[in-house]
Amino acid sequence: MRYLPKSDSERREMLRAIGFDNFEKLFQAIPEAFRLKRPLAVPGPLSEMEIIEYFRGRAAENSRGYTSFLGAGVYHHHRSVVADALLQRGEFLTSYTPYQAEISQGTLQAIFEFQTLMCQLTGQEVANASMYDGSTALTEAVLMAERLTGRQRVLIAHSVHPEYRQVLNTYAKNTGLRVEEFGFSASGQLAIDAVRKAANDEVAAVVVQSPNFFGVLEQIPALAEIARGCGALLVVGITEAVSLGIARPPADADIIAMEAQSFGLPPSYGGPYAGVIATKEKFVRQMPGRLAGQTTDHQGRRGFCLTLATREQHIRREKATSNICTNQALCALAATIHLCLLGKQGLREQAEQNVAKSQFALAQLETIAGVRRAFSGPVFNEFVMEFPRSVKMINAQLLKNKIVGPMALGRFYPELTKRGLVCVTETTTREEITRLVEGIDRALKVPV
Amino acid sequence: MSDKITKAGRHVSQDEGLIFEKSSPGKRGMELPPLDVPPADAAKALGAGYVRAGVEGFPEVSEIEVVRHFTRISTWNYAIDYGMYPLGSCTMKYNPRVNEFVARLEGIADEHPYQPVDLSQGCLRILKTLEDILKEVTGMDAVTLQPAAGAQGELTGLLLIRAYLESQGNPRKKVLIPDSAHGTNPATAVIAGYAVENVKSDANGGIDMARLAEIVNADVAALMITNPNTLGIFERNIGEIAKILHAKGALLYMDGANMNALAGIARPGDFGVDVMHLNLHKTFSTPHGGGGPGAGPVAMKKILGPFMPTPVVIEKEGKLAYDYNRPKSIGRVKAFYGNFGVLVRALAYALAYGPGMRQASEDAVLNANYIRKKLEDVYELPYKLPCMHEVVFSDSRQKKNGVSTMDIAKRLIDYGFHPYTTAFPLIVHGALMIEPTESESKEECDQFIAAMRSIAEESATNPELVKTAPHTTRVGRLDEVTAARKPILRWKP
Repeated sequence: MRYLPKSDSERREMLRAIGFDNFEKLFQAIPEAFRLKRPLAVPGPLSEMEIIEYFRGRAAENSRGYTSFLGAGVYHHHRSVVADALLQRGEFLTSYTPYQAEISQGTLQAIFEFQTLMCQLTGQEVANASMYDGSTALTEAVLMAERLTGRQRVLIAHSVHPEYRQVLNTYAKNTGLRVEEFGFSASGQLAIDAVRKAANDEVAAVVVQSPNFFGVLEQIPALAEIARGCGALLVVGITEAVSLGIARPPADADIIAMEAQSFGLPPSYGGPYAGVIATKEKFVRQMPGRLAGQTTDHQGRRGFCLTLATREQHIRREKATSNICTNQALCALAATIHLCLLGKQGLREQAEQNVAKSQFALAQLETIAGVRRAFSGPVFNEFVMEFPRSVKMINAQLLKNKIVGPMALGRFYPELTKRGLVCVTETTTREEITRLVEGIDRALKVPV
Repeated sequence: MSDKITKAGRHVSQDEGLIFEKSSPGKRGMELPPLDVPPADAAKALGAGYVRAGVEGFPEVSEIEVVRHFTRISTWNYAIDYGMYPLGSCTMKYNPRVNEFVARLEGIADEHPYQPVDLSQGCLRILKTLEDILKEVTGMDAVTLQPAAGAQGELTGLLLIRAYLESQGNPRKKVLIPDSAHGTNPATAVIAGYAVENVKSDANGGIDMARLAEIVNADVAALMITNPNTLGIFERNIGEIAKILHAKGALLYMDGANMNALAGIARPGDFGVDVMHLNLHKTFSTPHGGGGPGAGPVAMKKILGPFMPTPVVIEKEGKLAYDYNRPKSIGRVKAFYGNFGVLVRALAYALAYGPGMRQASEDAVLNANYIRKKLEDVYELPYKLPCMHEVVFSDSRQKKNGVSTMDIAKRLIDYGFHPYTTAFPLIVHGALMIEPTESESKEECDQFIAAMRSIAEESATNPELVKTAPHTTRVGRLDEVTAARKPILRWKP
């Protein structure tokens, strides 16, 4: 086997050195009855050529060649080949968690740079070096708010990503958290008055997402005021991180839970991505996840090491802030390199292009008879349209033209039938937008 | 000393500041195509209150500077690609490059989780095939691929147990955890809503059977066991342990962190385990990447199947789909379908070996026993039972000269190796926990043995040299106390 660096004679030599006369002896500790007496019934072995052929075959059964207008928490953005080439260096790809700082300075310095970039983007003071993804980051942010306030009531917007809310509910079930959902207004934003009315001294966190699942930016300063007013913390989720290139950062939030997939990570059918928690310095000791800090060695040279580990499971065991151990370090590195390439100007320009393209697409779609914008609130690169027919019917027609059309919201919001979520980014061309508009127009004219 | 160092070092003399320190207004490393639609006025489109100025302090650097920056700092890392990474319980094995290649294929990397199922048959087939392989390797009836890493797999497993026991009328109160367990086990039990009761190990490092029989009662939901345990020892009494738990209606959870000793050799499903997680970034070779991403699939017996996270992949007449209609499900533990890209890599690994996975396990156990044999005369072996894929020594002999496991570990760096796991498991005072994996040749093992023997000698003849190691890295031991007391967690201009 090509991955195994031993010849049979070397194996026998090593076995003799141990003092064993046969290989079965290596497993003498396993009771005879529990030893598998037959080869595993699994496919393979395959050569490198066959492995590539197998996965090319699977790739051909997917959506290659289709134009997609899907977003909803996962975005198609340009990914630089430079970032991908760099993170495939063995020193990054095949290294372990940087517990041994002296031979992990590359990873540690990159983490420190990641933490800095996340702080700059979100307007927060500290950021951790990744959670599994946006959904678990949001859940961990709520658990953090629970620890900080000692309260268990959670007010969450119905417009937070539905799957994020599902994850929160799974974790909440056994921790005593009481999660209450609040609806949206005609703008698509959280109905603030209802939240204000519900706010009391039992509330641990007010939780929103901005831009929310409908692509609409929330009114963060007003929500921060409500949270502050009742001694709760404002948790803001962000699924489309590129929005921070142009949208006002939720600096007045107490905890940010962000998905960084938009920064150079492929959609990859749902993962791996990189979740981030960013917060105020005063909350850092209740923050989950790894942190790299700057320090010096005995000669006074600048270096970096993992720090504040007394929050973590390998030290605190059942008293840890979270059970997270392995995180998404390589994905965070991808985001770091991507953002360094993009830089201050590039990120701004990318964000501006997303706004311009979505405004263009929105205006074009509104020219179709019977099609209108569903919510009036400000949007970044995603928006909800209301159609005179079911989105499912429209999409069936669009697929014939190799277009994956708007996401039908009825899947998560039964009250929002005939509404579809459309996403356009800098990778969407004008010609593709025109094809979508023409396709929908035609689909609406197909006799029922 | 230089004559003892036989491996190439790293690029330690190059200095490299932070990327922010290279920034100068106007430089950029990425350009976009010109806008092909009319520009929009952001203040008008979003409303003035929603718009920010540029991101303060964000780097402005060119492409070549980014390439050099990250290349240079990368050389300060150790990596499997350099050599042996003997971290016990971490299974740092070779990460095949073809796995990286296939995860990046067009049609795999660009797939959106919400695209129609008809356009995702390839992705679903990958998930289904991997599930089937993991079922066979573990001897279990069902697998969920959703958990993002081992710790989330543990949580999923305990939530399954909780839901099952609830369906029987009582979720029960506590989870038993041996004192040799990973820290994630107790941390997880708490999130699952259970109290933790520690179980002391017996003189051989295994579960104390008499004690176990005493404490398992109607309040116990499960025992979380690692097998082989963190001493590298297979729990001989595993069948009996399962019986004790099952007799009282409790379940047996297995932490699969050490599955690299067992793949193709023995199956947890056959020795009484009800539910377990696998760390695909350990046993199935997906790269650690400096700390993740991983994947922590959970394999379970039939009785737990109805409670699996949604959605579940199902097959009907050759067509794959998702089943969301599972009323008993514990719900979701993560958005979408798991760390798909990691699952792709794990499948590529499994396909490369096929049934030959057994040989990998055998080689891993061979390497650990070989290293044990060649070092047991110079390092104290606190537990004498045969070991599997890892061996745990203690620093008690070296301690007499003031040299600790951490010192020996740091000195290993000078010899061109990554340190082993230090000071874990907690039941061994001053532990040296060594897991070579199957990826090491006899030559690499011999070099490691020579280095360890040389350090043992230095500990006796020149302890100061060991206590102040490493001597060959870009930075020496760092002041971690100040780092924690006065945290500097971001760059500021």
